[in-house]
Amino acid sequence: MTAEIIHRLHFAFTITFHYLFPQLTMGLGLLIVVLKTVALRTGSDTWDRAARFWGRIFAINFVFGVVTGIPMEFEFGTNWARFSRVSGGVIGQPLAMEGVFSFFLESAFLGLFLYGEKRISKLMHWFSAVMVWLGSWISGFFIIVTDAWMQHPVSYTRMPDGHFEVISFWQLLMNPWGLLQYMHNMTGAVVTGSFVMAAVGAFYLLEGHRQDYGRIFLKVGVIAGVISSILIIFPTGDLAGKYVAKYQPAAIAAMEGLFKTETGAGIVLMGQPNEETGQIDNPIVVNDVLSFLIYGTTKAEVKGLDQFPQDQWPTALPLLFYAYHIMAGLGTWFVLLMVVAALLLWRGRLFTARWALWALLLSFPLPYIANTAGWMTAELGRQPWLIYGLMRTSEGFSSTVSASNGLFTLIGFMGLYALLGLLFTVLIYREISTGPELNKPAANTVAAD
Amino acid sequence: MMGFLWFWLVAVMIVGYVVLDGFDLGVGVLHLFLVRTESDRRATLASIGPVWDGNEVWLLAGGGTLYFAFPLLYASAFSGFYLPLMIVLWLLILRGVSLELRNHIDVGVWRALLDGVFGFASALLTIFYGAALANVIRGVPINADGYFFLPLWTNWQPGVLPGILDWYTVIGGLVALVALTMHGALWLSLKVSGDLEQRARNVVSPLWFILIALTIVSLFATIAVRPASLDNYYHYPVTFFVPVGVIASLAAVQLWNRKRQPLKAFLASCLYLFFMLAGACWGLYPVLLPASTGAANDITLTRAISGPHTLAVGLAWWLVGMALAVGYVVFVYSRFKGKADAHAGGPHASGH
Repeated sequence: MTAEIIHRLHFAFTITFHYLFPQLTMGLGLLIVVLKTVALRTGSDTWDRAARFWGRIFAINFVFGVVTGIPMEFEFGTNWARFSRVSGGVIGQPLAMEGVFSFFLESAFLGLFLYGEKRISKLMHWFSAVMVWLGSWISGFFIIVTDAWMQHPVSYTRMPDGHFEVISFWQLLMNPWGLLQYMHNMTGAVVTGSFVMAAVGAFYLLEGHRQDYGRIFLKVGVIAGVISSILIIFPTGDLAGKYVAKYQPAAIAAMEGLFKTETGAGIVLMGQPNEETGQIDNPIVVNDVLSFLIYGTTKAEVKGLDQFPQDQWPTALPLLFYAYHIMAGLGTWFVLLMVVAALLLWRGRLFTARWALWALLLSFPLPYIANTAGWMTAELGRQPWLIYGLMRTSEGFSSTVSASNGLFTLIGFMGLYALLGLLFTVLIYREISTGPELNKPAANTVAAD
Repeated sequence: MMGFLWFWLVAVMIVGYVVLDGFDLGVGVLHLFLVRTESDRRATLASIGPVWDGNEVWLLAGGGTLYFAFPLLYASAFSGFYLPLMIVLWLLILRGVSLELRNHIDVGVWRALLDGVFGFASALLTIFYGAALANVIRGVPINADGYFFLPLWTNWQPGVLPGILDWYTVIGGLVALVALTMHGALWLSLKVSGDLEQRARNVVSPLWFILIALTIVSLFATIAVRPASLDNYYHYPVTFFVPVGVIASLAAVQLWNRKRQPLKAFLASCLYLFFMLAGACWGLYPVLLPASTGAANDITLTRAISGPHTLAVGLAWWLVGMALAVGYVVFVYSRFKGKADAHAGGPHASGH
């Protein structure tokens, strides 16, 4: 393997693992505010305990997110030194702002929320929950701004020595690419949060334990789930897709597997891209739909990969195609499942419909897969560019860090993260088994208790 | 002017990190030796539980600030210190996770294992940080392009082709280990009560004697390894107050600890860390990373700094953001003022 591939894998692996945690905390942060708000308005002890329970799940995810997040900032310098050297004046800003504006806020108020309940008023405790949520969403914003500049560089000037300086700070922050991606991504986080909350609710009802909590979790999870599952497709996904089509036409052609330019392009629901023959093997196609989705008319021309020189095609083309189709396919399932669950909830039948509870329980991993596949779509679509149109990925990695040193630390991270994944699972299992009523542990808690 | 300012702003972030995360690292090292009973253990945990990850934020915010203010330094140093930085990352991960797990899995062998990992990772981190600073002072073999790659060790001599570890950087690591352990002991004597408080106070004195010896050795070793460190001091003799401050604040630690004034003793220890770091930065200025391969390859302020517009805009949000951040920090510490509540230990305890 070349050094370039290893440095790419290094970043891709560590950020994929990392993002399993923030996507839950960003979604859950909002749902905890909902639980706390109901608790504060009604004075209900049950809702308060529910909020505290999810606060503990949040805290575990937060810690895992923090410790796996520190490597991300470091890797810009350790593994991507040549990129950092030229881009620091631009994207160093939002990265530093994330630390300054978000992490201090989030960690301070999370400490208060978890440890300080007896030392602050009820209203202050609610306020802490709001600030934790806000902190996590501000953090997401600055990261998306950073990525958006790499996807769609705006407001920069290139100095004689090759490094970039920002022209307008506001244009950097308000990069339209970033705003669209932010909406899409945060909605995705709420999808994860809702599915996890609904799944734990379904688990409690199916087990026949803690039914009052199970019903609260299902109610909040399904209502938030149906709203976010619809928003993730329309308008946020739709807008983001159109923007990609406009500014990264080669990426959208690869995502859709469109090798040849077509008028009235059809959409490939499934198939296997074949780079050698330049076609999709065994495709299932619906005519005209792609043209309609991108341009709003069935007759529009959509550029295929044949319009671009091959050295500008996204590398790892089949992976990009599959990632995109997995994301889109799962997104469709989310809407179906959540609309049905919401209808059942509305008719008062959800809590007894075991098949629906099973479907909700088993679906909780899917948003994680969809969010991961979505990010793979965005980042593989950007290839072969590190900064779209300006700097190739092959020009950005640390030239002094050899392939074997990179491989050594990559394997180190893989081992450590395997351990982390195991520990995380144990911790979450224990929290869910213990449940919201701490002093009444359930019969099935593990022996270590 | 902008360069001078940002040099010191980054230094402020580093000092903030060392002073704050320093005490919870120190508590991590110490708890293995000081904790005797279950309530000792809970009190120790409660003394850092609400604040440790906030303290670690200073590292991230400092790293980010370094990245945008001095991109060349960030790129060169992070890729050059690749191996030790990856080890630091792994230690930070192990430490954070073992601390969180201690809140949840609190039995038998598990507890001993997690306590051990937490203490071990904390101790190694302090040594790595000290050695890292010593590496920056000693210099690294930067090539004409501005890059380098350091092995973990070579012949243990500071020279043209040194490793991360040599006799000088090992001294730096030991200074950090002892200084932060003492810092942690002072924090504990401030935050816990009873026997544990007494034990924490008692451990300060022996550490103090070791530290003053190491501090003096490190000052002279620094002059020997990098004689240019003194240039700024001779140029502006008034700045000799920094080394004087190092000794004075260290003396104050011992004095106030003996008089059972833990807050004053802890603040004196903060000042000691501040003077040590400020003294090192001033010895370097305007070099950010000296080259062992010759001064022509030094990464200097003027070479590494971002453009004026970037820095002007950065200054505006940095001041606002850090004012807010300091506000949160003060607020949180004031909420958790006084002795840590041994019975309201982890997040589990709330709501009973």
